[in-house]
Amino acid sequence: MDTEAFAHFGSDVLADPLQTGVSRRSFLKASAAAGGGLLLGFALDCEEGDAAAGTFAPNAFIRIDRDGAVTLVMPQVEMGQGTYTSMPMLIAEELEVELSEVRLEHAPANDKLYGNPANRSTQTTGGSTSVRGFWEPLRRAGATARNLLIAAAAQTWSVDVDTCRAEKANVIHMPTGRRISYGNLVDTAATLPVPEKVALKDPKDFKLIGTPVKRLDAKEKVTGSAQYGIDVKIPGMKVATVAACPVFGGKLESVDDSKAKTIKGVVQIVRLDDAVAVVADHMAAAKKGLAALAIKWDEGQNAAVGTADIITQLDAASKNPGVVARKEGDVEKAMAGAAKKLEAIYQVPFLAHATMEPMNCTVQVRSDGCDVWVGTQVATRAQRTAAEVTGLPLEKVQVHNHLLGGGFGRRLDIDGVTRAVQIAKQVSTPVKVIWTREEDIQHDLYRPYYYDRMAAGLDELGMPVAWTHRVTGSSILARWAPVAFANGLDRDAVEGAAKPPYTLPNIQVEYVRQEPPSGITTAFWRGVGPTHNIFMVESFIDELAAAANKDSVDYRRALLDNSPRAKAVLELAAQKSGWGQKLPPGSGRGISVQFAFGTYMSQVAEVAVAKDGGVRVQRVVCAVDCGMVVNPDTVRAQIEGGIIFGITAALHGQITLKNGRVEQSNFDNYQMLRINEVPAVEVHIIKSTEAPGGMGEPGTAAVFPAVTNAIFAATGKRLRKLPVDPGELRSV
Amino acid sequence: MSYTVKVNGMNHVVDVDGDAPLLWVLRDIIGLTGTKFGCGMALCGACTVHIDGQPARSCITPIESVGNAAITTIEAIGDTPTGKKIQDAWLDLEVVQCGYCQSGQIMSASALLASNPHPDDAAIDVAMAGNICRCGTYSRIRAAIKQAAARSDIRGRG
Repeated sequence: MDTEAFAHFGSDVLADPLQTGVSRRSFLKASAAAGGGLLLGFALDCEEGDAAAGTFAPNAFIRIDRDGAVTLVMPQVEMGQGTYTSMPMLIAEELEVELSEVRLEHAPANDKLYGNPANRSTQTTGGSTSVRGFWEPLRRAGATARNLLIAAAAQTWSVDVDTCRAEKANVIHMPTGRRISYGNLVDTAATLPVPEKVALKDPKDFKLIGTPVKRLDAKEKVTGSAQYGIDVKIPGMKVATVAACPVFGGKLESVDDSKAKTIKGVVQIVRLDDAVAVVADHMAAAKKGLAALAIKWDEGQNAAVGTADIITQLDAASKNPGVVARKEGDVEKAMAGAAKKLEAIYQVPFLAHATMEPMNCTVQVRSDGCDVWVGTQVATRAQRTAAEVTGLPLEKVQVHNHLLGGGFGRRLDIDGVTRAVQIAKQVSTPVKVIWTREEDIQHDLYRPYYYDRMAAGLDELGMPVAWTHRVTGSSILARWAPVAFANGLDRDAVEGAAKPPYTLPNIQVEYVRQEPPSGITTAFWRGVGPTHNIFMVESFIDELAAAANKDSVDYRRALLDNSPRAKAVLELAAQKSGWGQKLPPGSGRGISVQFAFGTYMSQVAEVAVAKDGGVRVQRVVCAVDCGMVVNPDTVRAQIEGGIIFGITAALHGQITLKNGRVEQSNFDNYQMLRINEVPAVEVHIIKSTEAPGGMGEPGTAAVFPAVTNAIFAATGKRLRKLPVDPGELRSV
Repeated sequence: MSYTVKVNGMNHVVDVDGDAPLLWVLRDIIGLTGTKFGCGMALCGACTVHIDGQPARSCITPIESVGNAAITTIEAIGDTPTGKKIQDAWLDLEVVQCGYCQSGQIMSASALLASNPHPDDAAIDVAMAGNICRCGTYSRIRAAIKQAAARSDIRGRG
């Protein structure tokens, strides 16, 4: 597949750009599995010799045993987004096996074998890239295995391969009706040369892809048997909980543990530079022990920092020219000649991830190796940090990945693994480190605060002749993948801003990097760049439409002649929402349209604003064109959930600082949308034969401006700062 | 101090302080990890279990308060008629995403249905508003509760 085609959709900005990229995994290899069976993996050039020597890579994607069992080693992790169903569907479609016959295993840490082609060949689950990256390679893996099995059957029967076909894990000789199971063919198949090219099914022949296949991970999740990282049980394991200095960048000065040591079940106090952990027989004792510690912190240089200071710095920085992300036409000239000019500052806050499964990591450090049990979006990064902290060679660190109780970008970072290994180094047994919710929220890595300056010039008809957007905020990439932070430009920070789907004749988009005080770390959050930029762009377009006295849908439509797919989702969302139909007083509709993660989406939100300023989102209608759909129910579920995630942040989400500390601590003051606040969500999928787009994140990014534009329609108040402040909307 | 707790029909003797939350006794001592830790303050519902059939947040339930009460967790809720109906509806409607909160959601929903076989939206809101789902599966949770309520028989999924 042409991964370069996705290069500017932001999917790949999450990855380490150290790899050579597209074509390292250029062919498949088959080999005999230990104990019999066929192993099929993507081989790298450097491993060709191994295959010739008759050995096999144990890290293959597909394993077919003699009993016919098909095992798929999952390169991408399952954090709710449905990869543990969509990835097997891709294989099973071509392999001609029932999904009920597929067993799943978490992949070990190995970029070479399990790197995601859409994430620069690193083992990264993020940026809505799983289907985009593995759409072609996994179908090819399945088709190659099927071809080998058919060839093995043909050889067994001494018939022409063209007279055989595969069905439900059997090969059938069509003229005679003879059949032989895959399990009985694997030994022969493993000896056959791998075909250089295999034909993939014509999409019209798909049996699984495009159908609402049931999730393969659902049953264990409704019976309580699913194993998340936090559920790991290792013989002899202790449980620890940790307190880091509440002020970012502060250090541990001293700790009196005399009381804690007397608590039943407490076994050890671990001191680190900037944190203390209590190790105990169980979490109840660990928490009680932690509460009994008398800790003195050296609060350091951030002891007085507050949110207002950070905003002041951002405001000052935003007045400087930035690194140019896009420049077309002559903005200054066009602006000078404009009939009307608009300017606005848009702001979005720091956000915590608050995955339902709090941060945790279980580690055993031995002199000869280290085991890490964790649910992570980046297994190889987890392996690297464990190796660095222990001083062990990389290959002595085993990462045992697990189901993730939510990721949302939080588990793209391995700070928790680093911390757990630091603790485990001082503990003689395996130790499970669990963050309390308070520690999880107050020591998250936060979605950056962004402070954007927008300006536009309109002609006599109110249409844009000039557009400028200066994004100011932290660069996540500069920390997370420094090589991707080229020439001062963070492509993620401007994603969704640099290339709006609209025809804008003169456009300039800039990025100003302004970091928060040292010790406050920023990170990816569901929807990454687009989650903030779509809010800015789609709100400002709405301002332009209002300034032009035009309908929000008509105005956008007029700018979308060069983007027919964007225009189609816009029109479908408008139509399905009843755009233009009257709503009661205090209610309004707002629309957004976006192209992000390779997917076109438009949302219409309907809100009701109460006299006290309280906002209720009542309905969201979403039209989506994500190219070919692997599982339509997953697409719906991701949009439904992504919208709730976005509304939660739009109405409630903000992390604020006072005296260097995060003011929020748990779900009472960092609030989540609950079942009684949930809008009706309708999803309309446009049939498409285009390459698949990403689905984990678009639903979140699109909803922010749909909601605030609806609030504008309801109240006439333009909200340029999130979260929504009911005080600004109060009418009594 | 030693406590005898009756969990899913079995007695377990545990030696902990009386203020140890039931959640950690279940997870770390008895080894039933289906009950989840989410907040530690009864704010999210992930730790919901049944105590004598009533939903309770195990993260704030001291073990010394449990006494002889019968505790039911997600691991055994499928043995009850309403629990089975709820789990089946959850599967039919593909409720779960990451799944971490769903043990608690199912325990709350099962308790609701046991006490109110045909809950309306308002009753669902009251019973379920204490359970947070970060993946945003709420609409499907509501639909699944209604579907489970609508099923007069108790059919398995085969």
